[in-house]
Amino acid sequence: MKAWDAIVIGGGHNGLVNACYLQRAGLDVLVVEKNDWVGGAATSRELTPGFRYSNCSYVCSLFRPEIMRDLELPRFGLQVISYEGGAVFTRDGDYLANYRDHDAHRREFARFSKRDAEAYDRYSRDVTRQCRFIQPLLMRTAPDPTSFKPRDLGELLYLGKKFAGLSAEEMALTLRFWTMSISDFLDEYFETDVIKANFALSGIIGTALGPMSPGTAYVLLHHYMGDVDGSVGAWGYARGGMGAVTRALAASFKASGGTIRTGAEVGHVLIRNGKAKGVVLAGGEEIFGKLVISNADVKRTFLKLVEEKELPEIFLRRVKNFKIRGSSGKVNIALDSLPEFPALSKDSPVYRADMHFTDSIERMERAYDDWKAGRWSADPFLDMMIPTTLDPTMAPPGKHFMSCFVQYAPPKIDGRDWTDADRDGFAESVISQIAQYSPGFRDRIVHMEVRTPREIEAEVGLTEGNIFQGELTFDQLLFNRPVPGYAQYRSPVGGLYMCGSSTHPGGGVMGAPGRNAAAEILRDLAKPTLHMSPAHDVI
Amino acid sequence: MNRHATIEPSTARLAAQSHFRTLRLGTPFQPRIDALGLKQDWYNWAGYRAPHSLWDEELEYFAIRSQAALFDISPMTKYRIEGPDAEAYLDRVTLRDVTKLKPGRVHYTAWCDDDGFVLDDGTLFRLSPTRFRLCSQERHLPWLLDSAFRYDVTVEEETEAVAGLALQGPTSFAILRDAGFAGVERLKIFNLAEFAHDGGTVTISRTGFTGDLGYELFVPAHKALSLWDRLIAAGELRGIRAIGYTALNRARLEAGLIVANADFTAAEHAIRADRLRMPDEIGLGFMIDPDKGHFNGRRAILEARARKKLRHVLVGLEIEGNIPAEHAIVYYRKSQEVGLVSAAMWSPMAKRNIALASLQRPYGDTIVDDLWVEIYAMRELQYQKLMKKAKVVPRPFIKLDRRTANPPADF
Repeated sequence: MKAWDAIVIGGGHNGLVNACYLQRAGLDVLVVEKNDWVGGAATSRELTPGFRYSNCSYVCSLFRPEIMRDLELPRFGLQVISYEGGAVFTRDGDYLANYRDHDAHRREFARFSKRDAEAYDRYSRDVTRQCRFIQPLLMRTAPDPTSFKPRDLGELLYLGKKFAGLSAEEMALTLRFWTMSISDFLDEYFETDVIKANFALSGIIGTALGPMSPGTAYVLLHHYMGDVDGSVGAWGYARGGMGAVTRALAASFKASGGTIRTGAEVGHVLIRNGKAKGVVLAGGEEIFGKLVISNADVKRTFLKLVEEKELPEIFLRRVKNFKIRGSSGKVNIALDSLPEFPALSKDSPVYRADMHFTDSIERMERAYDDWKAGRWSADPFLDMMIPTTLDPTMAPPGKHFMSCFVQYAPPKIDGRDWTDADRDGFAESVISQIAQYSPGFRDRIVHMEVRTPREIEAEVGLTEGNIFQGELTFDQLLFNRPVPGYAQYRSPVGGLYMCGSSTHPGGGVMGAPGRNAAAEILRDLAKPTLHMSPAHDVI
Repeated sequence: MNRHATIEPSTARLAAQSHFRTLRLGTPFQPRIDALGLKQDWYNWAGYRAPHSLWDEELEYFAIRSQAALFDISPMTKYRIEGPDAEAYLDRVTLRDVTKLKPGRVHYTAWCDDDGFVLDDGTLFRLSPTRFRLCSQERHLPWLLDSAFRYDVTVEEETEAVAGLALQGPTSFAILRDAGFAGVERLKIFNLAEFAHDGGTVTISRTGFTGDLGYELFVPAHKALSLWDRLIAAGELRGIRAIGYTALNRARLEAGLIVANADFTAAEHAIRADRLRMPDEIGLGFMIDPDKGHFNGRRAILEARARKKLRHVLVGLEIEGNIPAEHAIVYYRKSQEVGLVSAAMWSPMAKRNIALASLQRPYGDTIVDDLWVEIYAMRELQYQKLMKKAKVVPRPFIKLDRRTANPPADF
C-alpha cells in the first residue's frame, strides 16, 4: 500500500501553499479535498450560467509576495487588478470617498471636516508605525516563551529587541493598539462620524466584535499589513475571481508533481501509538501518509478529525474554548445591468471601488447588538463591490457580479440552527439596504447565492462560518495562536501538523500560515528550505 | 460634529464632490503660468500643479539674482489666527517670542510637539494686534485647533482663499514702486503693510526665500490675476520673469535656508522614531527663548540641552571642487560615516560648491576638521567616485547687502 510523504487535509489556499512548498522540497504530497473543487474559502464557482462569483473571500490584499514569487503564481495565471479606493454612502444623499491620490483624499475629507482632512497624516503615520512593527512577524514562526531552546530564545530576543527599539511613546501606543477598541482609537484623530465609520470598518470585518469592543484596533492593523512593505500590485481583484488564487496554486502544485483528490472528505485522521499514519475518508477508504497536515481550523481538526482519547486534557479544553465565532455572511448577486447610485456621478471611480452604507460607528455597534442577541443585523454593515467593473471575465457582456460581505450574522439564531426562512430574511436585510441607495436594484437581480454561517460551515468547513478560522484577538495571537504551547504548527499527535488560518499569523488570504507550517515540517525532516524566499525586509 | 446624519448636506459640500476629476488644482495665477509654462514641466506641490521650470531653469535662476523673479507661492499652507488671545496662543504654540513681534512685522519661526521635536517651520505675519497669518509647508490644523483649547482665538485654514506671490531680485523694489505701490520704499526687512489694489488691498511684506532683495504679496484669490498683470506691466523694462521651483530652490540653498521634509523630517511625517529632530539639531536653536515663558516642547528642549542629549546638527558645508554633492554621505577621516548631505549645488553667486548636511554630533559641532564627502557622479553610465574635503562654514553662503539696505536700491 502506497504511503504518501505527506497528506494535506483541505485544499484551501493555506493547504495548497503548504502542499506546494513540501512538494517542491521533494516530498510526494497528496491534497485531499471534500468538495469537488479546490479553493476552500477562495473559490469562484459558476452557479448560474455565465456568472462566476467570488463565493467567499472577495479581494486579494494580504497575499504574501514572497509566496507568489516562490510558487510562480503569475506564471500559473494569477493576475491581480488593482481597484480604486472606496466610499461610504451617507444617509443624507452624499458619500465620503477614499481616493488613492493623497491630495484628492484630503480634499474629499475636507468636504466633511477640514480638521479631519489634515488629521489623516498623523493617523496614517501611527498606523504605519504599528504595521511596520508587526509585519515582519508574519513570516516567522512565533517563539515558544516557555521553551529554552536556542531558536525560541533567539526569536524571543528578536521580539524583545523589536519592542525595545520602540520609543516609550511608541511602546505605549503599541500596547494600546493591541488592546483598545477601534472606536476609541479613531476618536483620538477624527471628529466626524462618517470619517470614523470609514476607518472603523477594517476593525470589525470578520470579527464577532463591535467597533466599541476592545481589541478591534488590532484587527484594523491586520487588514492594513499588506500595504507596508511596498507589496505593490498585490491589492485588488483576482482576475476571474478569488478562485484564481487557488487555481494558480493548484496548477503550481500539479506542475511540480503534486496530486489532488477532490470529492474526498476526510472522516478522521488515522493514529497509531500517538502518531498520525494517514487519513480515513468518510467512505472508509484508508490513505496512508508519513505526515498529515490539516488545513481545517483547529476545532474541526481536533474535535472532529481526531479522537479525544488521543489528545491531552488541557490542550483539548483550550481547543474547545478557542474563540471561532461566526459573525458574517455573504450575498453574491448576478445582475443584468450595472446598478445606479444617484449619489454618485456616472464617471465616479467609486463604481470601481468598495462601497459601504454604514455611516457611523453607532450604527455599526447597533448592528453588533443584534449579533449579541442572536439575530442577524436588521441594519447590517456591508462591504460591497462590483468586480465586473474592472474584470469582464466574471459575467456576460453588460451584466455584473456584485459581492456583498455582510456583518453581523450569528452562528445560531436565538440558540437554534438557521432555517431557510432565516436565510431569506437575512438576504432581504441586505437587498433592502442596497435598494435604499440604488433605486430599481431589485429588478436587476437575476441570481443570488446567500451564505449564512450555516452555508459557510457546511460547504467550506469553517467552524461557525468564521472567516479567520478563529478570532484575531490578542489572547489568540502570536504564541497563543491557536493555543498556548502549540503555536509552532505542531500538535500533540506526532506527525500531525496544522497549516490553516487558526495558526499564526491568522486569517485572510495571506498564505503565511501554510508557508510557515511547511518551514517547520521541513525543519523536522531536516530538509533544506532553499526554495523558500526569506521574508522581505522592512527598512 | 456630524451627529445627525439625516440633515441635508450643504450645497457647498455637494458641489465639492467633483474635485476627483482634477487631481492637481491650478492656483489663482494658473492662467498666466500655463501661458508661460513652455516646458510643461510640472510637479505636485500640496495638490497643486506647480512648475519645476517654465522655460529655462538657468535663466530663471539668474532672474532672481540679476533682475526680478515672480514665483507663485499660493500652494503654501496658510492659517488665519485671530482673536484677543491670538498673541498669547501663538507664543505658547511657537518657539519665538511673539510678544516681541509688533503689528506690521513678520518673523521666521518653528513649532514643536510635546517632546520638543519640530513639527514644521514657517513665517508668522502679524497683520494687526489680534490678527496673524501663519504660513508653512505642511498642514497643521488639528494641532493648531487642539492647542487653542482655552484661548479666545479662532484658527482657520485659508490656503485656497488667499493667493500669494514672491517677487524677488534686485529690481523688485523698483518694480513695486513703478507699479504704484506708494510708500513701499518704507518697508524694512520683515516689515509688512497693506496697499490698495484693484478696489481692495494687497498685503506686501519685505520677506522671501532667496536671501536677496525681495517681497511677498498676498491678495484674495479673485484679485490674483490683476495683481500679476500689474507687476508684469511695471516690470517689463526691469527684466521681470516668472520662475519655477528649481530656480528658487537654488537661491534658497545659497541663502542657507532649510525646507521641511527635504532637510529634516517633520515630526508628524516621521515613521521612524530616530528621524525626529529638535530645533537645535536643524539649526533653529536661535529661535528658542527660555525666558519667554512656557511654549510647547520647552521642557524637553531645555532638558536635552542640559543633559547634552542633542544627537544631530545641521551645518553648511563648503566642498572642494565644483561637483555637487547631493545626498552624499559625509565621512570623518574618509572612513567613519557621520552624516548625510540633504541639499547641494555649485553656487553661481558664491562660486563655491555648497551643501547643507545633517551630522551626528560631535561631528559638525565640536569636531569640524577632517570631514569628507563621497560624491557618486554618474557620467555616461559610470560612477566617478570622488572623495572631497568638506569644510563647515556659516550660513548663509552668500550675503547680499541689497537684501537689507534702506531705502532699497533702485536697480
